[in-house]
Amino acid sequence: MKQGVVVKQGLRQSMSWVHTWAGLLVCWLLLLVFMAGTAAYYRHEITFWMKPELHQAANAPTRIATVDAAALAVRGLQQRAPDASGWLIELPHERNPLITASWTNPPKKGMSREERRNALRQQNFVLDPMTGLETAAPRDSRGGEFLYRLHFDLYYMSALWGRWIIGIAAMSMLVAIISGVITHKRIFKDFFTFRPKKGQRSWLDAHNATAVLALPFHLMITYTGLVTLMFMYMPSPTKALYGDDQNTMFGEVFLNADRSQPARVAAPLVDIRPMLQQAERAWGQAPTRIVVSHPNDAGAQVQLVRPSGQQLSNIEPSMTFNGASGALIASTDAPSTTLAARGAIYGLHVAHFADPLLRALFFICGLAGCAMVATGALLWGVKERQKYAKIVARGGKVGFGVRLVDALNIGAIAGLPVAFAVYFWSNRLLPPDAAARSNLEANCFFAAWAACAILAQIRPTRGMWRFQLTLGALLLGGLPLLNAFTTDTHLGVTLFAGPALRAVAGFDLVTLALGLLLGWAAWWLGRTSRKQAAAGARSARGAAAASSTAQEAA
Amino acid sequence: MTPTTWRYRGAVASRAVAAIGGGYVLTSIAIALIALALPLPRADAVSIATLLSFVIYTCAILWVFATSSATRAWVGIAASSIALGAVLWLAGRMA
Repeated sequence: MKQGVVVKQGLRQSMSWVHTWAGLLVCWLLLLVFMAGTAAYYRHEITFWMKPELHQAANAPTRIATVDAAALAVRGLQQRAPDASGWLIELPHERNPLITASWTNPPKKGMSREERRNALRQQNFVLDPMTGLETAAPRDSRGGEFLYRLHFDLYYMSALWGRWIIGIAAMSMLVAIISGVITHKRIFKDFFTFRPKKGQRSWLDAHNATAVLALPFHLMITYTGLVTLMFMYMPSPTKALYGDDQNTMFGEVFLNADRSQPARVAAPLVDIRPMLQQAERAWGQAPTRIVVSHPNDAGAQVQLVRPSGQQLSNIEPSMTFNGASGALIASTDAPSTTLAARGAIYGLHVAHFADPLLRALFFICGLAGCAMVATGALLWGVKERQKYAKIVARGGKVGFGVRLVDALNIGAIAGLPVAFAVYFWSNRLLPPDAAARSNLEANCFFAAWAACAILAQIRPTRGMWRFQLTLGALLLGGLPLLNAFTTDTHLGVTLFAGPALRAVAGFDLVTLALGLLLGWAAWWLGRTSRKQAAAGARSARGAAAASSTAQEAA
Repeated sequence: MTPTTWRYRGAVASRAVAAIGGGYVLTSIAIALIALALPLPRADAVSIATLLSFVIYTCAILWVFATSSATRAWVGIAASSIALGAVLWLAGRMA
């Protein structure tokens, strides 16, 4: 066999090859994952924005006591679902101003994914934090939860498939990052190098800058992302130590995992107020979440959870009570160093610990990740096109690969923001009582994305870039306006209201800023293409026909 | 550079399979062995071993593409998998 077919020229060249292909093959999927994941840092805020019916109730000046709120939620659940397999109550806290209660039933055999989703969607209600009364049912929307799930489950397929596909993409990303670092021996020098308006050089510099600037973040987020599902991706240690008994492993590693079984003997759930008071005394703060498993059964358990506060770990401190007697069964003990480390790695990914400023920094790093993936994808097209420069100058066409990548780039980089914006627009414009409304919103997202991707395949030109970027700019930047026309909580109100409406104001301002950014990109693209056209006309008047073909292809 | 010969394509495909498939098998064996070898409570051992998996897998993939030929890559992945697999099998028998 011939020596070193791929790697004639040493380590850096071979790593550069790996970097290119590991990155290129998954970059469009990664862009979706990065964008949805970045948005998911604010998924509670997005959900809140997408349920404007709740804005007034949340803005209430006074609140009832946590203990009473919990008791009212339990009363509502007792009326609606006394025999559910589990209840979940979210009490008001910093990022959630409302009291929400939901329940789950064991899935019936033969229920499709769609039916299960639809059933789950109806099994919840919201209480006004001022009066404790039930609010009018908000519009059916999955809000930020859709984006959060999309970023590791995908959609229109089982979560298992989605997670494997995302896992493969994430692993490619990890390989691309490490090989990219090896490729750049002058990584820090490169970071300070920016040569604007120099074609391929500029794209390379932009790629280096966005990648290196947030490199610790990119490496961390990719690795920790894999860690969140590591027991699924890498089952062999579990197999070696636990055999086929995966559930025991989950119980031992995830200290909060619920392992209780129903006794199938009816026993009314005791008053939960004393439990909450006990927890509040022990912690010095009220719990924010109540998980009841098998309510009204002799085996019922009530788990009270409080946020882990400023610590990194995603393992939240909790106390578990017997639901039939009210006795304390267990409170999470300090996990071992290793388990705490795993929890911290997981916690880093989801960033529940982050205060507003740090969360904003994570969001910006996520945007830098999008920029890194996007510039990397663009760079491949720019580099590859140079091989065709002479052919194009003679009036020929670029290769199939370049055209395909160009079109995919437009559909992903310019098309995805359009899809996100359309998702938010559909939230306001679809009739509030439409059947399976939240599914319609998701369908709007994918329909918009598909339209952008198909249009891009038909005409992968600079004009298409500008069209889709402009469309994204108008749709995203127009969201505050849409919000003003469809709700009472527009920027003029939210900027001056209490902290409960800050999320709504923040959403409007961030989408406006992102819209302006896209608008700037569209404007810049238009300016450069006009300049190039002028330069082209000056230098090659004779070859006008060839030049216009080249412009078209560029 | 004329990289688009069938020989070249075959070598790339061969390396890709060695990296993705072979690397995954090697990683699985190695981390199972680490999990068994660590003198820790098993919840800790299983966590550490699984956490290490992505590091090992990445290294295996990069080595497959960095080494001088596809044949060498296959020999390296297969030999280390067989050696570690034998130890794992023995450990399983002794346990």
